[in-house]
Amino acid sequence: MYNKTKVSIGILLFLCLASLPFWHSLMQDGEDSAIKNPVILATAGETCVEDRAFMRSNHMVLLHQWRDEVVRENKREYTNSHGELFQKSLSKTCLGCHSNKKEFCETCHAQASVKVTCFDCHLQPEQMTEKNRQEPYFHKSRGN
Amino acid sequence: MKFDNKVNRKEFLKLTGIAALIGVGGKTGFSLYASGQEPETDSDENKNKIRYGLLIDTKKCPPDCTDCSDICHSKHNVPSYKSKKIEIKWIWKEPAKHLFPENNWDLKPVAAKNVPLLTVCNHCKNPPCVRVCPTQATFKRDDGIIMMDYHRCIGCRFCMAGCPYGSRSFNYKDPRKGLTELNPDYPTRTTGVVEKCNLCAEKIGDGSSPYCVEKCSKGAIIFGNLNDPESEIRKAIEQDHVLRRKAELGTEPSVFYKV
Repeated sequence: MYNKTKVSIGILLFLCLASLPFWHSLMQDGEDSAIKNPVILATAGETCVEDRAFMRSNHMVLLHQWRDEVVRENKREYTNSHGELFQKSLSKTCLGCHSNKKEFCETCHAQASVKVTCFDCHLQPEQMTEKNRQEPYFHKSRGN
Repeated sequence: MKFDNKVNRKEFLKLTGIAALIGVGGKTGFSLYASGQEPETDSDENKNKIRYGLLIDTKKCPPDCTDCSDICHSKHNVPSYKSKKIEIKWIWKEPAKHLFPENNWDLKPVAAKNVPLLTVCNHCKNPPCVRVCPTQATFKRDDGIIMMDYHRCIGCRFCMAGCPYGSRSFNYKDPRKGLTELNPDYPTRTTGVVEKCNLCAEKIGDGSSPYCVEKCSKGAIIFGNLNDPESEIRKAIEQDHVLRRKAELGTEPSVFYKV
């Protein structure tokens, strides 16, 4: 093999550059906690519509399901696995607790590089009036 | 090797032809003679007892009043622009000659020709916009309301070409730029989607009327279930002479005009 040293240096350099993203993400391990622990406000309480683990992995499925059922089937109430009743509403039910949309939604989504298009149309908490923010979230059990 | 069959090639083709004729022609013939009734095209009609509609009394509606469109547009976050080219309309007024072009306007006084009449999506029984929509973003609800799923709209504007009433508007701009005040109870739309009247689908579920009907102090708009013989709107339609826009097209509008 000709130019043994030059070629092997070249290969080594290429491998280093190609694996750079892996090293980079390994170095920044600390920042990943945004995905593991989104900022949940104290006012949000202990439980979400469903269990924390379920919401973490399936919130997008649930939101799409709610969206389709409300718009296309006019079914506006959701009964969760504990028999509690919720209004299927992003601005009211979801953002009623998670009014910190910037920290709660955006940090994870920026890191996961998933664009949230919900708020192109749906209003953000800061665009809602005080009255509207407090009033709508309803949370009652089936028996009532 | 030689086949020792009684059916030769010619006979085989003949038999196949006859079998095909019986197969294809038989079903058509059977359905032709089986019953005198035409097949039900609108299967929804039997299943659903509700078909919402409006009756607009043009005599009671003052030409210069815009109460209904003001409340509708503010409640549904419908933007207003200076330019007519990009305007968004859910409910608005249009000269009579545009609403009923088939009328013999050349024989009528100019004032009658240009009198502004109220118009809105007709929520047709046979809606062309629903038929042409490639993504089923526009669909017909069981209660007859023609709804839009803005999540699915790709902005192709086929529905705008399909609608013979001009009831649809396209968002050329971000609608939030045309809004001075946002109603927090209702979302806005986004650039690149079509929008139209939804007959207040978010509101009428609990038995109340659309905003335009509620707001009208003259009682010029009646809202109700066209399929209920006891409803106010049905009785009014039975009593009076009513018109529908471009009824000859066969779209069967659910918005009626008392003239």
